[in-house]
Amino acid sequence: MLSVPNFLKRVRGSGNRSLLLLMPLLLLFACRSRDAAIEELQNSRDAAAIAETEDWPATFGFGKAATASQIALLDTDVRPDGRGLPVGSGDVVTGRKLYAAKCAACHGATGTEGPFDKLVTAAGARGNNGKTIGTYWPYATTLYDYINRAMPFNAPGSLTPDEVYSLTAYLLHANNILPADAVMTAQSLPQVQMPAKERFITDDRKGGAEVR
Amino acid sequence: MNDDLVKLKEGEEPLFYRKVSRRTMLGGAATAALVLVQSAAGKVVQAGLPEAAFTAADPTKIQGLPPGEAGQKSPFEQLVRLPSDTSSRTPLQDLHGMITPSDLHFERHHAGIPAIDPAKYELVIHGMVEKPMVFKLADLKRFPAVSRICFLECSGNFRTGRENMTPQEICGLTSQSEWTGVKLSTLFREVGVKPKATWFLAEGSDAAVMTRSIPVRKGWDDALIVYGQNGEAIRPAQGYPARLLLPGWEGNTSVKWLRRIELSDQPFMTREETSKYSEPVRDGKIRQFSFEMDARSIITFPAYPTQLDKGWVEIRGIAWSGRGKIRQVEVSTDAGKSWQCARLQEPVLDKAHTVFRHLWEWRGGATEIMSRATDETGYVQPTLAQLLAARGEDMGGYHLNPITTFVLKRDGQVLFKPETWR
Ligand code: HEC
Repeated sequence: MLSVPNFLKRVRGSGNRSLLLLMPLLLLFACRSRDAAIEELQNSRDAAAIAETEDWPATFGFGKAATASQIALLDTDVRPDGRGLPVGSGDVVTGRKLYAAKCAACHGATGTEGPFDKLVTAAGARGNNGKTIGTYWPYATTLYDYINRAMPFNAPGSLTPDEVYSLTAYLLHANNILPADAVMTAQSLPQVQMPAKERFITDDRKGGAEVR
Repeated sequence: MNDDLVKLKEGEEPLFYRKVSRRTMLGGAATAALVLVQSAAGKVVQAGLPEAAFTAADPTKIQGLPPGEAGQKSPFEQLVRLPSDTSSRTPLQDLHGMITPSDLHFERHHAGIPAIDPAKYELVIHGMVEKPMVFKLADLKRFPAVSRICFLECSGNFRTGRENMTPQEICGLTSQSEWTGVKLSTLFREVGVKPKATWFLAEGSDAAVMTRSIPVRKGWDDALIVYGQNGEAIRPAQGYPARLLLPGWEGNTSVKWLRRIELSDQPFMTREETSKYSEPVRDGKIRQFSFEMDARSIITFPAYPTQLDKGWVEIRGIAWSGRGKIRQVEVSTDAGKSWQCARLQEPVLDKAHTVFRHLWEWRGGATEIMSRATDETGYVQPTLAQLLAARGEDMGGYHLNPITTFVLKRDGQVLFKPETWR
């Protein structure tokens, strides 16, 4: 593809008319052969990848079997269906107290003031300020997972399951998703329906001529 | 760094410099260079030397520095990234060629750079696998290794709003390295990934315990676990001692300081693939799992803050696509009325920054210059207006790859043309 623009220029500069007429043809030819070359390369790469592992042993034997306790220590993730949620429970009232003590300094007294991420949508908020738990998060389980994983920012991983359930309950209540008497457990949390869920679509860009 | 590094003391003389000119250089910036001096104990050590020492009147009349253990940049070169609280940007306008020096590779992390002892490093792979395994760094290095050059770009890599913005400020969250490591498919084979597994969770060991869900397909295709960057161990800011590397995909998915991979038959819906790294598009919809980085290019010269002289100018820049190779880059020097093909510097690699150049004679008129990349899927880099038309007024800030325009003034001033949409 390098030669095409160069070639074009040279032909134009020389003023050679017959070559100029040939140009569209040559260009087409250049593009075609290049695509074919790319395809060939692609195929040969795949073929090479297969050939590469053909004479490999069934296993290299490097590394060790991971023990159940080793995995359990790290495996804290929580999925939308509730898999991964620990035993425990929490309520809105307890969550409000915990929030005031451990979160308000960075997220604001009511979750709308900042300085860091707004956790509750303020009236009239637009753009990025409107992207909060109540208006933008598709799954309630994500809240448990994230608070447990990364918050409070200055002491990540310091909360007990009951505390995380309570904070989750409080933040869902503050976002008008749960009533004030809600109790969150491994059973109730995955049942919570988030308003933003129906807005989510999987990436539909796929290259090619269309801009998406 | 060398333990013996000391500051040159008052009155202390550098061993290899006798004649030192007083002339200040580079606007008198107080950066120090390294030279060898005789310490009080008679030991030869490296020491900081004021730059003025480097303006020795005639370098052919004085012995130069002896060989050293680790190289240094010339004190005349002042390349720096541009840090904010959460990221640091590559000085695209100052680089030559296709590789980003490792110390200038962009950084983006959510809870700082963790300090990890490579001897204690472990990667656990579990979930829907035949044999849950744990690999130490030394284990990873024993597997068949591969190297590849590819770009890594943050999906939130577009800034606008001011005329006085450099390429670094506009889109400095993209960099390129040669990465070395083990194919994830090699490890998948080793642990026996079950056929029903469709997603995996990648988890880091920083204070954000960063997590992303990745389709297993990418793991079999071209994902790597890398421990090498440009010939040496990857930098702490890049995930030392080992990170996931997903060529062509938004940077956040290439989870750094990788400690765990869990195979599953559904995505995990972490905060970083729901609340963040998702983008509002048309009709109130929110697009999720937008992995590939669309084709993009930017002119890195002449760009702000260049003061251009009349005459021949080689317009230079980089182009890249997360979907494959760059097929062509076109340059316009008349505000988009006409376009010429730029020359592409070989090698033109899959999912890699590709250098382009276009020779042009600037006669001194005011104009606008811009570049437009096309990748091997036939995707043509759009204008901001085209992106807006496709995604709607609520268009989010991720995956913006608009054609970038620089305004050339009669007096040779080059300014960014800031287009906004909110
Ligand atoms: C020291 C400041 C600080 C404290 C204290 C703190 N946070 Fe955060 N929080 C942050 C920062 C900074 C972020 C953004 C992190 C990022 O983007 O990676 C954040 C993000 C969040 C988010 C994600 C917001 C979104 O829309 O994506 C939630 C939820 C959250 N915090 C909950 C809490 C809870 C609950 C507490 C109390 C237990 C807490 N935080 C305490 C600083 C703090």
